[in-house]
Order: sequence, then structure tokens, then C-alpha cells
Amino acid sequence: MPEPDAKTLAQRDRIVAAMRAIVPGEGVIDDADALRPYESDGLTAYRQPPMLVVLPETVEQVSAVLRWCHAENVKVVPRGSGTSLSGGALPLADAVLLGMGKFKRVLEIDYEDRVAVVQPGVTNLAITQAVEGRGFYYAPDPSSQIACSIGGNVAENSGGVHCLKYGLTTNNVLGVELVLMDGEVVRLGGRHLDPSGLDLLGVIVGSEGLLGVVTEVTVRILPRPETARALLVGFPDAEQAGACVAQVIAEGIIPAGMEMMDRPAIHAAEAFVNAGYPLDVGALLIVEVDGPAAECDHLIEELARIAGENGAVTSRVSQNEQERMTFWAGRKAAFPAVGRISPDYYCMDGTIPRRRLPEVLRRMEELSAKYGLGVANVFHAGDGNLHPLILYDANVPGELDRAEEFGNDILRLCVEVGGVLTGEHGVGIEKRDLMPEMFTEADLKQQQRVKCAFDPGLLLNPGKVFPTLHRCAELGRMHVHHGQVPFPELPRF
Amino acid sequence: MKCLEPRDAQDLCAIVADAGATGQRLELRGGGSKASVGAPREAAVVSLRALSGVVDYDPAELVLTVRPGTPLAEIEALVAGEGQMLAFEPWGDPAATIGGTVAAGVAGSRRVTAGGARDHLLGFTAVSGRGEAFVAGAKVVKNVTGYDLPKLMAGSWGRLGAMTELTLKVLPKPRVAVTLVAHGLSPRAAHAAMACALGSNADVSAAAHLRRGPTLLRVAGFAPSVEARCRVLPGLLRDHCALEQMSEAEAAPLWAEAMTGARLSGPIRWRVHLPPRHAPELIERLEPLGIDWAMDWGGGMVWVALDGPRTEVRDEAAKLGGDATLVLAGAAMRQHIPAFQPRAPGVAALEQRVRRAFDPAGVFETGRFMGEAHADQLRA
Repeated sequence: MPEPDAKTLAQRDRIVAAMRAIVPGEGVIDDADALRPYESDGLTAYRQPPMLVVLPETVEQVSAVLRWCHAENVKVVPRGSGTSLSGGALPLADAVLLGMGKFKRVLEIDYEDRVAVVQPGVTNLAITQAVEGRGFYYAPDPSSQIACSIGGNVAENSGGVHCLKYGLTTNNVLGVELVLMDGEVVRLGGRHLDPSGLDLLGVIVGSEGLLGVVTEVTVRILPRPETARALLVGFPDAEQAGACVAQVIAEGIIPAGMEMMDRPAIHAAEAFVNAGYPLDVGALLIVEVDGPAAECDHLIEELARIAGENGAVTSRVSQNEQERMTFWAGRKAAFPAVGRISPDYYCMDGTIPRRRLPEVLRRMEELSAKYGLGVANVFHAGDGNLHPLILYDANVPGELDRAEEFGNDILRLCVEVGGVLTGEHGVGIEKRDLMPEMFTEADLKQQQRVKCAFDPGLLLNPGKVFPTLHRCAELGRMHVHHGQVPFPELPRF
Repeated sequence: MKCLEPRDAQDLCAIVADAGATGQRLELRGGGSKASVGAPREAAVVSLRALSGVVDYDPAELVLTVRPGTPLAEIEALVAGEGQMLAFEPWGDPAATIGGTVAAGVAGSRRVTAGGARDHLLGFTAVSGRGEAFVAGAKVVKNVTGYDLPKLMAGSWGRLGAMTELTLKVLPKPRVAVTLVAHGLSPRAAHAAMACALGSNADVSAAAHLRRGPTLLRVAGFAPSVEARCRVLPGLLRDHCALEQMSEAEAAPLWAEAMTGARLSGPIRWRVHLPPRHAPELIERLEPLGIDWAMDWGGGMVWVALDGPRTEVRDEAAKLGGDATLVLAGAAMRQHIPAFQPRAPGVAALEQRVRRAFDPAGVFETGRFMGEAHADQLRA
């Protein structure tokens, strides 16, 4: 991270007083012990207590805080529930941490237009809970959904196991109210599809808190499918499981969820929750379909046939809701299960073209041998999003560094085979320095120019996403060579 | 008017850099099928037709990479051959290219459930107004690495950069599609029926209503599922209307009418996007003007056709939380009425800063979208 600014640190008392004038009562935290809980997010390997925490309750307060910080050149790091797995909400020693946790209200539900208007601190699951009585739900379901906030989901463009069929956050948000770093409040998008003008909402979603602070979100809600059924199939190896996935898609089936686990992940999960997973297979697929009962019955038969054609050695169809949940129990507990077999684990998040899976798994095994660290794989198989879990022990000197190097090599491998650094966790601080693996200097500068359009002082969540901080004035420069005619064969204007 | 025809991305970089250096303006064009949208202007045209063809298509990965000048019809035929589709249901005349379709954000009746062009553009390569080639997004269906610039590029009408490659998400085409219709409904009754259908778990993929014709519901998917849903829908909608099945031969032109507004009477055509619940009120408020109209997206999109160069459509759309795009009008009207609903001042200023982030000299600002600050003021 950039060196803390001594001038800002020297003014801490004045900053605290200014924040107290805007957010009265207990909304400003400056006591060292009370700051401790904010020192990291879901990526706990990185820790840094913030200079102070401000917890506003109104849009006016958010606007006033940002306006003041903008005028005084003080950095701000926004935070939702702090569940980021990429360090997106990691505090800075010289920045105000702006916690949005008090924005907890569901403002409006419109069943006729199928939208809900909520404040950003509402949890992902709470949206579904607010509308499920009428048979609706909010589709994106990141695994942290009981804790993560919708504002954080917007910042990170969160996904979940159902996003092949139902999309990521960006496909399920219609509008936001956003406060810019200079305190201006704007509304982007609306309560309807495809409003006029540039799709600024589209670039806000997934911007990792670098462009503005979201103070209200309008999401689409969907009617809950009539039923869901799952198929649990085991294959001798990942290659056959991958071929099965490809054939499922090629036959025109988009399952609601399609998850793959490799042998180490299967064994860890089975030992932890006794889901009844077969232990003599090399890869396990859970395929779930949802919709009308007639559709699920039809598709489950098709899926069982396709699995058989691709060499499945075990196959079970959920006969009731309880059994379906049992199939999922192991997958959903995969992370804590791995936590039981290893003192620590490091969760990666690359996406690859699915056809490259066997090769990627093979090379991952080679890397595992090279670094002397185990790896277990869970995989959103439908969309190619890999979650390798690297096993290490932080108490063994050097293992954390080795785990990080191993992880970086895995992500480089993902990019090399035509994939990306992150499918759903975000770049944050964690993958910032790997960005040049995927983007050229020109690509990154173009993204940073968009940042400059929103926050020319680079005060909002600095140090995240981009490996090099360019001043906006430098990025704006045009190198024009007057008098040269670079395109002589074309007619002149 | 000059027309430049780059052969590849390198030519394009040179053309744009040259224009930036000499203060020229460039209008990016695919098939030219939407050239009559926006104010009359005199910029040099850069035709992207020669940047054509499929770069990569792997049906099992659900990803298609194409060059912008490829005709939309060619792409639709290609993916249909693999049992797939562009799920946002783009449409256009035979000249339409994929680049123009995405740049204009064109989406059809399935938009309401499957997403728009923005939701299916996964990545692109482009030449910015600085004459620099750059990449954004990726060629996989799930990616959050860096800002989601493809969202900005879809629907940007050639004002940020010239795309040289587009990567699109494709999806399986439903095996069976059935249309259920109800007759004789008022706009209010039709909207209520569509809202009920789209809010049910019978998985209705599109819903439209024509002024002189029926209310249409599309049920698509695997045969056993479609049959089952067609059996339950009449019961779900029994408080609203009676439903009957219509043959696809009969239904197809009706869907096309709702999606494209093609057969409406009146030389001036507006396209209004608004919260669906307000569609009936919009129509009621505008009916004294003698409008013709059609609703799609369950009411979220309303075509309005009329005779005179009036702007009440835009005013009423704004009051109801929506916005109106002037799609078809004579040059005289387009000279004075901007194509797009003006945005709130703060948003307009932000949009302008974002455009300048891609195009600092205003190379792509041709005056076509007058009413929005354009480059002349900037350069002055």
C-alpha cells in the first residue's frame, strides 16, 4: 500500500472533530481498541487498522463526509459488511473508513414491477427474506449471503452458484443512488430497463468502491421457481466430468447450478458433513435444475443420461428437498471442511475456458509439487470459475509467502489459457499486482481514466485494483504529432 | 460526406489519431441502418463493414467473438446452426451489423427476462478517441477483473471508441416456443395480465400488447415444460383474461410488431422505456394526441407513433419516471429535438467526463446527439 501521508496523520484530531460535527453520537470511532474489528475484511491475511471509522446514517451525512474529505484531501475507504475475499475493504492507515452498516432499511417492494428498493447495508439474504412471503427472491447468492451487504455486492459484482442461469449482481440491479467523492448525489439507472444515456450504472457495479459510495439500490426480484432437483454424479477423473459439463451445455441445458469438486475436496467435505459423497471417484458433479416440476423431471432424466454417456460411475437423483439439501451440504461446507484438514487455506478465484480444465488441473498438480503445498478444488463448472483452495500453515515460516506465490502462479495459468484473474471475488489488494498479466499498460490506463472521471483526486479507496497509481493529469495528456500524416493512402478530410 | 474504410484495427488507429490531431470529427458506422437517428450532421463517416467475420466460436463455452462489421443476420444464422441464440433478441434491417446493434443497445421482446445487449457483451477490443487500441472485459462468461467497460460500450452509440472485436455470450435456443394470447384487453387490463404472468413461476419469457391486436405471452423451453406451463397459465390468469394458444406463423408478425413498432401509423416514432406499471397511464395521457402505440417488455417499453413534431411524449415519460428516445422523425424535427431524453445535470456532466476519458478531443462528437454538451464547447 502507499506510504501513509504524514500530513494527514498529523491532523487526525481535527479530522475526528470534523466527522463528529457531521455524524453525531457514536457514529465516529477513533479509539484504538474499537478500531481493531475493522482492521481487515474477509481476506484476513492483510490487516491495517483505519485512521478512524465513520458510520453515517443518512445520505446527507455521507455526502457531507465525502465533501469534507474531498476539500481536505483526505482518503476514504468504503465498507459494507467487510466480507470481501480480495481485500476490497482493507483500511488505510491515513484514511477514513466509511462503514455503511447503518443503512439497513428495505425502502420499498413493488411486486407488480418486480423490484425492491433497499439501502446498501441490507444483507443479500435479507432481500430474499423480505419478499419470499409473496413467492419472490433475489437471485444472486454469494456464499456469504447471510452476512454480505447488497452495497458490497454492487461494489464487487458478486456472483454465486446460480449465476450461470440467473446472472451476477450487474444483471439484477436496475438503479443506484450514488454519492461521488466531491459529495454530489446522483441517481444512475432507474426502476426500468435500459434508460437513456451511457450505462454508468454498468460501470459502477463491480468498481470495487473506487468510483462512488452507493446509498440506495434498486434490484430486480424474481418469482421463486416451483421446484428444484439435483443430481449427484461421480466420475473417475475431472476430464470426464468436464466432458459431461460440455455436453450438458451443448444439449441446450443451462442448469441452475453445476458444481464440481476434485478428490481432495470430496474427501474433506465428506469427512466434515457426511453428505454421502462417493470416496472412490476422481471428480464429483452436483447439477441442479429448477423451474416447473415437469421441466425438472424431464431435465434430470436427460442429465442422468448425459452423465452415463460420459462415464459416470455413480449417479443419484435427489428424491426430496431434504436429500437435495444434503447433496449441497458438502459443497457448501467445502471451505470450512478444508479448514479442518489444514491449519490455513488460501482461496483463489480464476475463471478459465472450461475446455482447458484437464490441462489446468494437471499443471496445478505440478505447481502443488513444486511449492510443496496441497490444493483442493471446488469449481463453478458451468461458467468455468475455479476456486482452488491452497493448504498451508501460517505458523510455519515462509508458508504464507509460498501459498501466495502458488496462488499467483495459478492465476497466471488461468490468464495464459484464455481466462481471467477473478470470476467473482474482485481484484482488490490481493490481485492488484497481477493486473498486468491480463491487461496492457494502455488497457489499464483507459480504466484509470474512467476512475479520473469520477474521482480526479484519487481519494476513494486508493491502492486497490490498479498496480500503479497515475495522476489524472498525466493520464489525460494527449500525445499528438502535428504535421504528420499517419494515413497517407486515405482521402484527406 | 467523406467515407473512410479501414481494413483493420491498425488502419482505424491511424484514422482516429489523425482526426484527433487535425480536429476532425468521425461518425462510426456499421450497416448504416440507424443513421437517421439523431440530428443531421456532416462528420466524416468511418465504415466498419470491412472489419468483418467470426474470430472464435466455441458453442460449449457459450462464447462468440466477432468483428463489428459482421451482419447481424449472419451471426444469428451461425449460432442457430448450433442450436444457440443471442438471448437479448437483437433485431434490425438486413444491413444491420453486430457492432451497430450492440453500440445502439438494441434488444427485443426477450429483454425483459433475458437481459439486454449490455448483459451479453462480455468483452471487446476497441480504438479509443486517442487512437489507441485497448481491451476490456474478457472471453469467458464470468469475469469481474477491472471495470466493466463492456457495459459502458454497449449502448454508447459510437461515442467512446470504435470496437474492433466483440465477445458475446450466447445461450441455447429454446427447443419449443408457444404464444398464448388474450383478446380485447384495455391497456390497464393488459398490463395487469402481463405483470401477473411475468410475476408467476410459469416462466413466461416475453409479454407484449398491441393496440389493435391481442396481448401476447411467450412460453419457451423444453417441450414437456412448455406443455405443463401452458396448462397452468390460464388458471393463474383467470382473474385477468382468457388465454388461447396461437400458431407461431400467426404470432411471429405480432411479436415483430410489438418489438420493432414497425406497423404503427404516424411518421414520428418514439420509444419510451419506463417502469411497466406506468405504461397504461402514459398511453392514456397521450391518447388525446391521436397516437398509435404498442407495448413490449410487459409494459416496460412502449412505442408511440404520431403525426406532428410534438414533445409531449418526452414530458409525460419523464413525469412517469421513464425516458423517451426519438427514433424516427424528419430532419427538421431532429435538428431541434435531441434523440435522447436529457439527463439530470449532474449525470449529464458525469457522462461527459466519462466520454472525455475515452475521447479527450471529441473526435466522436459529431453533433448527432445535440442537446448534450459536445466537443465544440470543450475545445473552445
